[in-house]
Amino acid sequence: MKRARGDRVFWLLAFFSSLSVIVMFTLLFYELLSNSVPIWKDGMSFITGMVWDPLKGLFGAFPFIYGTLLTATFAILLSTFLGVGIAIFLSEIAPSSLRVIISSIIELIAAIPSVIIGLWGIFVLAPFVRDNLQPLLQHLSFIPLFSGKTLSGLSMLTAILVLTFMVTPIVAAIAREALLMVPEDLKEALYSLGATRYEVVRHVCIPYARQGIFGGVILGYGRALGETMAVTMVIGNTPSISASILNPGYTMAAVIANEFTEATGDVYLSALIGIALLLLLISLAVNLVGRMIVWKWQQEG
Amino acid sequence: MAARRLKDNALTIYSILSLVVIAIPLLHIIATTLINGAQSLTPEFFTSLPKPPGEEGGGVANAIQGTAILVALTMLISVPAALLTAIYLSEFPESRLRDLIRLLNDTFMGTPSIVAGVFAYTLLVTKFGFSALAGAFALSVLAVPMMVKTMEEALKLVPTDIREAGLSLGIRHWRVVTSIVLRTAMPAIASGVLLTVARISGETAPLLFTAFGNPNFATGILEPVSALPLMIYVYAISPYPDWHRKAWGASLVLMIAVLTINLITKYKLRRR
Amino acid sequence: MKKGMKMTSIAILISLALLFAGCAGGGEGERITITGAGATFPYPLIAKWADEYDKITGGKVSINYQSIGSGGGIRQITAKTVDFGASDAPMKPEEFEKAKGILHIPETIGAVVIAYNLPIEGRLKLSGEVLADIYLGKITRWNDRRIAELNPDIELPDKEIIVVKRADGSGTTFIFTDYLSSVSKEWEEKVGRGKVFSFPEAIGNRGVQAKGNEGVTAVIKQNPYSIGYIELAYAIQNDVSFALLKNKAGNFVDANVGTVAAAAASAAGKLPRGDESWYGVSIVNADGENAYPIASFSYILVYKDLDYMPEQKAKALVEFLKWMVTDGQKYAEALHYVPLPEEVMERNLETISMIKW
Repeated sequence: MKRARGDRVFWLLAFFSSLSVIVMFTLLFYELLSNSVPIWKDGMSFITGMVWDPLKGLFGAFPFIYGTLLTATFAILLSTFLGVGIAIFLSEIAPSSLRVIISSIIELIAAIPSVIIGLWGIFVLAPFVRDNLQPLLQHLSFIPLFSGKTLSGLSMLTAILVLTFMVTPIVAAIAREALLMVPEDLKEALYSLGATRYEVVRHVCIPYARQGIFGGVILGYGRALGETMAVTMVIGNTPSISASILNPGYTMAAVIANEFTEATGDVYLSALIGIALLLLLISLAVNLVGRMIVWKWQQEG
Repeated sequence: MAARRLKDNALTIYSILSLVVIAIPLLHIIATTLINGAQSLTPEFFTSLPKPPGEEGGGVANAIQGTAILVALTMLISVPAALLTAIYLSEFPESRLRDLIRLLNDTFMGTPSIVAGVFAYTLLVTKFGFSALAGAFALSVLAVPMMVKTMEEALKLVPTDIREAGLSLGIRHWRVVTSIVLRTAMPAIASGVLLTVARISGETAPLLFTAFGNPNFATGILEPVSALPLMIYVYAISPYPDWHRKAWGASLVLMIAVLTINLITKYKLRRR
Repeated sequence: MKKGMKMTSIAILISLALLFAGCAGGGEGERITITGAGATFPYPLIAKWADEYDKITGGKVSINYQSIGSGGGIRQITAKTVDFGASDAPMKPEEFEKAKGILHIPETIGAVVIAYNLPIEGRLKLSGEVLADIYLGKITRWNDRRIAELNPDIELPDKEIIVVKRADGSGTTFIFTDYLSSVSKEWEEKVGRGKVFSFPEAIGNRGVQAKGNEGVTAVIKQNPYSIGYIELAYAIQNDVSFALLKNKAGNFVDANVGTVAAAAASAAGKLPRGDESWYGVSIVNADGENAYPIASFSYILVYKDLDYMPEQKAKALVEFLKWMVTDGQKYAEALHYVPLPEEVMERNLETISMIKW
């Protein structure tokens, strides 16, 4: 009997702590939803609203959704391109003595707190964007993407770069792991047929590792969407919808960080909590979709 | 043939360029932090409280204390919760509920850190005021899912034979788990915990409206506290050159701490 | 190695716990922490008070003031998450209704200056109308004819104006928009008075927003050809140039203790009681030959009934408030704030005596 009791207590403890995951999850949604009720009264107009002007009582979340998606999407595109390149270098091209050192350094760099990257963003990157990068990009000003102008260096472009620097190590580390899982004999077989490294990478490594790479990309995208500090510090915090990444912008996380403690009035506060809820939903949806795609590939493969 | 070689070279150039393009800014961040931060690292920096704006001198002792309190509290809350959850997920029979918990936990890992801050604010701060505890709660919302994941993986790596051997000797299930399975998985669990410590000690966003900041030493967990990342943020956007120097100094301290924890974990794991 | 790993992690956790315990036990006796939050405008002064008061009480009472913006001060004191709030703008009638029993205690007078970053000799001169048109986006370049007319002796650069404003809810913004509304009809109609406002469309990508007086000052310092509004103390401490402003009497005046006091003199004698609404109290664009036109009281907000906090703390808070409006005033001038006139100080002591616990 004694034995059964010990085991039962053990089970109960484990059971209830794991139930706490469900409880917290429910509570999180409940808190965000119940505290943002006033803003959902007009339903979709909160999400599609183009104007954020608390003084006039106008709360449109679209500029923030736009800024968040734009910066995170550009950042993840750049990060995927660069991260996969780094992963290929580390798994296929670099001499083996360098591989471990470089990949360790990259993993370490991924651990640098974002507020430090933001600090560097303010004092180093923003002036660089303003004085060096912008004059270059102005030659491309016929493209709407580069048509604007940042006078301060605080811009969506700066935010995109900061996010890219933060997310690429994550993508690279995961993509490298995926590439290392490619069976050696598969590669050897192709090499023995006289294939070049490009052909092996293109026809064996990438197709074989795409699941893992994609997983890393999704993880990085989630990180970029929710990143707060580094972005808040460099994006210029202007709720406008501009096609040009040289203009300042604003993200969902940044507006919460800036305005949350000082929002007066119930509607204002509920609008910010509503934005938090939207940000949570977008992040979780990205996570889930990524998981489902990976899961589907696993089924097929 | 020429085309094939060209493509091959293009691949090499692309991969090396990718590394260079990312390595330069990242190494620049580290170098800038080192150079700018090193000047402020005096003994006073670690032991004194900040001076009012405009007065030179003072330190960040309050932020160092705050970060220690927040990390310790967060671990106190989240290590037991995460460990028991991971045990439930890996040591008890599969069920629908377990799949649900695992799915929710995985989903939870995508919670943006600022949202955790909002959550802690509406749940705790509105009722009990700004406090270290509210900050630790917000950090726990981020820490628990990460730890559940790594701990469950660590437990799963323990060979099933060990458990079966224990059970067949008539040892009780809870004893098998606590003294055999946990012990075997301990290095991996510990490294998961340490990496989480490194990760949350650099978090700023969840603390903005929970821990709130404090220019003095905190005397209890129900009081507001400062934290290194919080201080870096506030000092970085300030106009005082002296505060900028302190922000770099605090960044260096934080960076060294975070990288050291990562290195320890990595080094120990590789030697396993 | 397994053991080593375990030992390391245990050692780290223990040292954290010890550090934590050490700190928690560190405050000998009854140390009381009073938490306040709000305006960034008086932050340097309140931080100075906190530092001095800590010394006076021998570390018994510590003041933790976080500058999160005036909007935040009002929000947090209404929610009672802090012990006192601070705001540069008096509470609006609907805010006043929600925070039953709130008291307004003006604790200092400050001036908002128009800071700029320009490679020019001499001080820039501006008028309210020109300033309003810069912020309305009607004047876009530094060498605009209307700026040049005010500054015949200065060679103005042919550059676009970077217009900086606050990103957060701010009393400084309230004072600034209060002033612009009082000098420009168009501003009053299109934008209005408030702790926040949105840049008119015409500003476009020339606009930058930053958090806090600190943030705006930092952006101005980092960006040539920018203009922004900040508290006087921030401008002086950070060596930022600021413009001479044309006042109601038509004189170009500098912002300093004398000119701001001249503005405050216009309001003394017609102030409401501490527990009444202070909405409408304004000293912008004041009369007087020498009055600086963008000035304002800054308020401490505290409840009349402090029975929701421990008695010890309530007592300490009241003592601190009394010290602040009397002896504490002597620290104001060195930090470029204006000490309270006698009448205001007496009104404050009356107000503080209403507090019950």
